[in-house]
Amino acid sequence: MSPPPPLIDVSDVTVRFGEVVALNGVTLQVCRGECIGLVGHNGAGKSTIINVINGGLVPQTGQIACDGTVVSQFSINAARAIGLRCVFQELSLCPNLSIVENTRITHRTLGGWGWRARAGAIISESLDDIFPGHQIDPATQVADLTISQQQMVEIAMAFSDAGIAPRLVILDEPTSSLDAGVAAQLLDKVHRYVTAGGSVVLVSHILQEILTASTRIVVMKDASIVAERPAADFTHETLVEAMGSATREQTGRRTTGAGAVVLEMPAPTGAGIPFRARKGEVIGLAGLGGHGQTRMLTALFESKSPNWLPRRDCNVTFVAGDRRLNGVFDLWSVLMNTTIASLQDLARHGILRAGREAERGDEWKNRIGIRTPDVTNPILTLSGGNQQKVLFARALSTRAPVVLMDDPMRGVDIGTKQEVYGIIRSEAEAGRTFVWYSTEMDEMQLCDRVYVFRESVIVAELVGDEINEHAILQASFRDAAA
Amino acid sequence: MKRPSPEALRLALPVLALVALLISVFVMRPNVMSYNGMHLLFKLGIPIALATLAQMIIMSVNDLDLSMGSFVSFVACVAATWLVDAPLIGAAMLLAAIAAYAALGMMICYRGLPSIVVTLGMSFVWAGLAVLVLPTPGGTAPVWVKAVMSARPTMVPIGIAGSAVIAVVAHFIIMRSSFGVLIRGVGGNERSVARAGWSVLWARGAAYATAAAFAVASGITLVGLMTSADANIALRYTLLSIAGVILGGGEFTGGRVSAVGAVFGALTLLLAGSFLTFLKVPSDWQIGAQGMILIVILALRVLLERFEKKGRRT
Repeated sequence: MSPPPPLIDVSDVTVRFGEVVALNGVTLQVCRGECIGLVGHNGAGKSTIINVINGGLVPQTGQIACDGTVVSQFSINAARAIGLRCVFQELSLCPNLSIVENTRITHRTLGGWGWRARAGAIISESLDDIFPGHQIDPATQVADLTISQQQMVEIAMAFSDAGIAPRLVILDEPTSSLDAGVAAQLLDKVHRYVTAGGSVVLVSHILQEILTASTRIVVMKDASIVAERPAADFTHETLVEAMGSATREQTGRRTTGAGAVVLEMPAPTGAGIPFRARKGEVIGLAGLGGHGQTRMLTALFESKSPNWLPRRDCNVTFVAGDRRLNGVFDLWSVLMNTTIASLQDLARHGILRAGREAERGDEWKNRIGIRTPDVTNPILTLSGGNQQKVLFARALSTRAPVVLMDDPMRGVDIGTKQEVYGIIRSEAEAGRTFVWYSTEMDEMQLCDRVYVFRESVIVAELVGDEINEHAILQASFRDAAA
Repeated sequence: MKRPSPEALRLALPVLALVALLISVFVMRPNVMSYNGMHLLFKLGIPIALATLAQMIIMSVNDLDLSMGSFVSFVACVAATWLVDAPLIGAAMLLAAIAAYAALGMMICYRGLPSIVVTLGMSFVWAGLAVLVLPTPGGTAPVWVKAVMSARPTMVPIGIAGSAVIAVVAHFIIMRSSFGVLIRGVGGNERSVARAGWSVLWARGAAYATAAAFAVASGITLVGLMTSADANIALRYTLLSIAGVILGGGEFTGGRVSAVGAVFGALTLLLAGSFLTFLKVPSDWQIGAQGMILIVILALRVLLERFEKKGRRT
């Protein structure tokens, strides 16, 4: 007996957005009972191939076959009819509806009297199956859930069965807002699901997840697939190598002397260490997420920035991590997004000088490597990582001596990270001070000094070679360890 | 103790505002506290509630209808003329108007046009058509409409009873049915609805058609109450309906609406008008004073939202 044809067979697909080639002759098969790990830089084409598979994007060339038959008019409905489900990177539930009502939207076949009860049962069953002990009430409005609960609901929604059983579930960065325990529950579900014959495409920037969960790994780079091998053939290093980004190098530590103190924040009464930043330092804020780091950054920003009247020379600038929420101006061009923070430098008598603005835009485009043919393109034509670079360019192109960064590398690929790390280094050498909150240990290693937060106070200060994963974890979890 | 749900908190504001206004009116004019008094006070409630619900449906898909007033006026003119003289032609005209609304909604969706601009333009079209249908004030209400609107049910005056029935029906359509979920889903996250395989185009068209049906009902009932029509009869409904939706806990964007709240909002605004008359506010100042009442109530809502957020954090 010959093996069954692949569930989805995408062959020689090309997608172009204007001048940007997003997919260049990509061929990908998804078979039953396998979990494909899809990795690559931001902008390598992962999101595009996902959108082609789920029917949301019609490729210019190439064809798509389901269960061995070529489908000429592949669409969202055709994809859903064969049991294809997708969890997108950005949350895609309706925040104004309850979980039950969102289930109704997701499952078109659920209508008729009593659909609320049926939808509630379906989603509860799926939540119980994937995230036992989740404590989510399906009558809750989605806007009232935490980000992580929303993500859980969305995942449960994808695995839920209302007539058409899910056969292929695409998970795009599903663990980005889940804590470790819940993420483990999800990976466990993926394992069970794949063993039972289902298929999964998993996109994640956490390579460890990819290596443990996948059966096969597909590496994308510059709109093409550059490597495709069983997961067992990859290690962390070879995978990073295949993505074509620079391997992690240990930067030599600088000894930062006694520069002038530019930023200070006393410790709250009772406990903790005061915060102090000197000129030219890169300061890390570490600890578990949500333990007061962002609040500290906001407080630092507010202490240094004028409240009402604009000031010509701002003392601090801010790089937001959540670019959707408080970073990018959606409707503006790359150029306008870059220069918005330094318009006063580019204006004379209140009139913006277009020539200087364009010059500044091009300078930063080259300096930070924003991948766009023209800075006057809309910002949303850029991939996520490149949008984040624009936010960096916006902050760094000001004259502010202090840059505050709120987990700015969330969802950014390793290549981009390395480039930005380099820029941060050189800017720090030139005398700028960086205060950097990040949940990633690797990034803390790049800092000169690290403050570890626990329960809204600084509990430890690590300098130079003291900064390592073990020390940070120990400080973050001291109570548990004792 | 279980905290009240955010929806209940939102609904509390228009209800409390209505009760507060009602009590003030009772204190000023105790004789209003009777069947006849209440009948007169809420007589115009039904058409205003219907127009507000129509606006609410448009707002639930993140659009805004600036032609509501002139559309209701147009319907009133048709109802006072064609619907009396040639009921079939009149009904066909109203159905065509509903179809036109659906087409507008689909065009707004398909071409990505701003609804404010399109409906502002359409407001002149409807106003012009209204003048064409009924050049001078006049006409008569269809007999059956007049009969329904002048009914005097025992215990509860028609304005209140009718508004309650309308609120329940609208609540079922918009808040409980699959169709309502779909429409509010379009307002909440259009892309997610499209990704589930629905046609946002048709959903918008259906939303506009439903809104137009409510607006048509508003125009017909208005004629039933006034017994005649003119081309400007309902122009102020545009702003009244928007204010009513917001007052009732709705939002301009994000598909957050409440049908019951919208009806309460409409009745509150209606009562605010009478309240000011009883206060002997000169008519020159009434619109301004009505605006002040609105600002006070909406300021209360901001406070309420803060309270809501605080509750969520703890």
